[in-house]
Amino acid sequence: MIDAGSPAPLLPASLPPASLPPASLPPASIPVVREHALGLLYQMLLIRRFEEKSAELYTLGKIRGFLHLYIGEEAVAVGAMQALTMDDGIVATYREHGQALARGIPAGALMAEMYGKANGCSRGRGGSMHFFDVARRFYGGHAIVGGGLPVAVGLALADRMQGRPRVTACFFGDGAVAEGEFHESLNLAALWRLPVLFLCENNLYAMGTALERHQAQPDLTLKAQGYAVPSEAVDGMDVLAVEEATRRAAAGVRRGDGPFLLEFRTYRFRAHSMADPELYRAKEEVEQWKSRDPISFFMGRLRSWRLLDDADLGAIETRVAGQVDEAVRFAEAGPWEPLEDLTRDVYTPVQP
Amino acid sequence: MIKMTYREAVRSALREALRSDSLVFLMGEDVGRYGGCFKVSHGLLEEFGPERVRDTPLSESTFLGAGIGAALGGMRPIVEIMTVNFSLLAMDQIVNNAATLRHMSGGQLSVPLVVRMATGAGRQVAAQHSHSLEGWYAHIPGIKVVAPATPADARGLLLAALRDPDPVFVFEHSALYGMDGEVDEGAAPEEIGRALVRRPGDAVSLITYGGCVGKVLQAADQLAADGIAVEVLDLRSLRPLDTPAVLASVAKTHRAVIVDEGWRTCSFAAEVSAQIMEGAFYSLDAPVGRVCSAEVPMPYAKHMEDAALPQVAAIVGAVRETLGPHG
Amino acid sequence: MPILTVDMMAGTLTAWRKRVGEAIKRGDIIAEVETDKGLIDVEVFTTGVIESILVQAGETVPTGTVLAIIREEAGAPVSVAPSAPVEPIPAVPPASRLAPAPPGAITEVPGRVRISPLARKVAAELCVDPASVRGTGPAGAVTREDVERAAAAPPQALARPMEPPDRQARMRQLIGAAMARSKREIPHYYLGTTIDMFRAMRWLAEENLKRPVTERLLPGVLLMKATALALREVPELNAVWRGAEAIPSPAIHIGVAISLRGGGLVAPALHDADRRSLGDLMTGLRDLVRRARSGGLRSSELSDPTITVTSLGEQGVETVFGIIYPPQVAIVGFGKVVERPWVVEGRIVARPVLAATLSADHRVSDGHRGGLFLAAVDRLLQEPGRL
Repeated sequence: MIDAGSPAPLLPASLPPASLPPASLPPASIPVVREHALGLLYQMLLIRRFEEKSAELYTLGKIRGFLHLYIGEEAVAVGAMQALTMDDGIVATYREHGQALARGIPAGALMAEMYGKANGCSRGRGGSMHFFDVARRFYGGHAIVGGGLPVAVGLALADRMQGRPRVTACFFGDGAVAEGEFHESLNLAALWRLPVLFLCENNLYAMGTALERHQAQPDLTLKAQGYAVPSEAVDGMDVLAVEEATRRAAAGVRRGDGPFLLEFRTYRFRAHSMADPELYRAKEEVEQWKSRDPISFFMGRLRSWRLLDDADLGAIETRVAGQVDEAVRFAEAGPWEPLEDLTRDVYTPVQP
Repeated sequence: MIKMTYREAVRSALREALRSDSLVFLMGEDVGRYGGCFKVSHGLLEEFGPERVRDTPLSESTFLGAGIGAALGGMRPIVEIMTVNFSLLAMDQIVNNAATLRHMSGGQLSVPLVVRMATGAGRQVAAQHSHSLEGWYAHIPGIKVVAPATPADARGLLLAALRDPDPVFVFEHSALYGMDGEVDEGAAPEEIGRALVRRPGDAVSLITYGGCVGKVLQAADQLAADGIAVEVLDLRSLRPLDTPAVLASVAKTHRAVIVDEGWRTCSFAAEVSAQIMEGAFYSLDAPVGRVCSAEVPMPYAKHMEDAALPQVAAIVGAVRETLGPHG
Repeated sequence: MPILTVDMMAGTLTAWRKRVGEAIKRGDIIAEVETDKGLIDVEVFTTGVIESILVQAGETVPTGTVLAIIREEAGAPVSVAPSAPVEPIPAVPPASRLAPAPPGAITEVPGRVRISPLARKVAAELCVDPASVRGTGPAGAVTREDVERAAAAPPQALARPMEPPDRQARMRQLIGAAMARSKREIPHYYLGTTIDMFRAMRWLAEENLKRPVTERLLPGVLLMKATALALREVPELNAVWRGAEAIPSPAIHIGVAISLRGGGLVAPALHDADRRSLGDLMTGLRDLVRRARSGGLRSSELSDPTITVTSLGEQGVETVFGIIYPPQVAIVGFGKVVERPWVVEGRIVARPVLAATLSADHRVSDGHRGGLFLAAVDRLLQEPGRL
């Protein structure tokens, strides 16, 4: 259904049941090139299938500990990543599989990491919550809510002090907004005019606590104003809207305007983690949001713009399935680190 | 060699580092305009400018975390946390980031961060401003902990910390800032992990660090007047600990007393005592003694604070007790 | 049964959402499972038809248990939540000790005994030289047990051939310790009497004329036999002190105090002295003396005596009051046979007489009983032919 009317209205922070916006034309500022669009779709599908496979492997005991799935939020990672260069830095949370894949870290290295194998991106030392790839300037994978923000501020500080015009993108959730580090970090970044792109993935829940139950002021963009940081709210289920907003914000940060906060209004279709029986939200609410699945939504639009047909989709799904299967094979074949190596990498060996 | 105070020695090292390496910078509360709460960084803002000497808001967690991030980004930051008491606000960044990033990333990252903190009690500043938490920090794999007791070591260990690729926490006892000592401003940096015999002896090994070294030396003088020649070992480095030096001293004297300003329970002295038991059990002629702070939050009134802290008389008493009827 | 929460080991299947024969596709919820975190949906990762259900609602099964069989569209059945055993994490290789050895453990300092503080204390109490003890503790250190074992061996130590003087010194130490303890713990009382040895000596002289030189009897054996027989009449002097009471001994083994060359004393047993002939006792005595002086005594001989007899007649001592050897309860002393003026039927004559003494444990006997004993010895020695 194409509604040729105005662009999608911004979603209120707490979505009332039946007020879902209609599909719309692409934002005027993004020329939708077919190749680029199919690329976005491919990346979102890769994340979706990778996460589904991870869920399955968790139930089989291959992946252990905590597993936080990104299903439903794919548009945020994929859209935002379009605005970042390989020279920019990224700090993310424990729900970082989407960002890691969108950044280009091979799926095999990520799967092997979750298996705990030595060929994982962090040598098997981190697991699902601690993906690191320094060559791709991906600095984790942080399990303490709000813990990554100060590190992002510091990376940006180093860039500023060394005269490097690059951006540090910092992903965090609505829960982190409650931590002191959020406030300290926004304040310091603004005070010192640091190139931090604060990217808040507001999926309406801090683990099991709904936004209006943990924030006296649920409009997160207003908080940034309190620190003189410009901010904007974005429909996080629309990959093109995410891309457009992030490109604009990143340009300003890169120019030296100081930090910027983007609030992506999104939703996770799965529980907080594999161990969560989701007692805190109604199944109807989940179904409502699923009807705005970013992947289906995007596919619908691409079809309506005649940029996607069944053959294209089939090719993408086949390619994605192959990637995921290959990732599992890579992980299964990977070696375990020998126990003798237990205490390595606690301190940096010093060359004499 | 020049005679200078401990704070002047730290300042000299900071100046030398800021001058010789453009990647070094200092940040913390009141380090710039105020000249430093303990006047350590006095004059540095004027000399190096606000980019290299940065006053921060009262945001310990974030500015220490920013120090971590800056270190990851190639800088050599020196973060000054005004006192160890305020470092508690930054504990998450210290324990969950600084200490773990290398390990969690599978060896991809190093965090070459230096954190300086004033520590210790004795100025009647009461319970929230008088902690000695070096023992807590020494507990954590992934960071290093040093405690210089003299102006020469304050300079030497800070320069060593700046060369270290891993996070180093430098504990400067606040009572030492005015202490005088000889400093060679051309000397090479000290070695982290090496203890120093301040006074050789054969009767008892008196093992200590930081703010207690002076009291221990005074106690040694008193005991010497009675013909008891104690050996004073200044640990200088708590993590890594110079265990061979400790054991070598005990192998010689067969008795040990550890002096530590932390509270006695689960103190750093307990760790040293355990290591002596493990490594020198058959050399011991008496149980290892400890002189630590009393189990009480630091009281304000002077006579109470004095009674809570390790003092020369208690150190002398502990030595005599370990010597038994012959002491 | 899938692993749905961290550390889940088992789950209760509370409800099936699909039935046998129903078509299902990937992502469908097929069942509900109760975990410690609450009710969690089980999704299925294949598309096909449910062929059979193996676990019923309400059952609790371990994770990895096959719950149902699904026939995938392409053919062969595949199970839901197949029992994929968790891959074994590498076991700790037996040879690898991950804990590093205590850093810089200082080993031997020359000249210093590796002995635990406790063992050192016990060694001081038991008068054992730590340097002489073989250590069985960690790295060959001397433990308390090693010291106690060494201290329990003194009888053996004496039974070994006498060697250099330090052994003698040690024996002196041990004897000293035992004697000190005896004096400390046993309330001794002392009785003495003088025995007319005229008849005994006359009989002995006549008897020895009948015997080859090698078999001649010494006065001592008469004294031993008389003592042994007298003990039958006053058996409480032949008891052994154990803990808090005296246990009477069934047999009478007399410990004969034998002095050793170079100093030192042993008191090995003449077993069953009351039942043996004088000749047998003499042979036994000679043997004991020989072996005592050559170091050939058995440890049982040293621990068997039920009473000790000490005789210093040869040294010219007239009266000897001995110290009881624990755990015995009495010690008999005989002095030199001397000629003294004696009253016989109202007239003074010269008679060979002998001072006999008894030192006894007053916890066990009193002067009355002790007196009866000495009177019996006297009486028995007046009829030497019956010994």
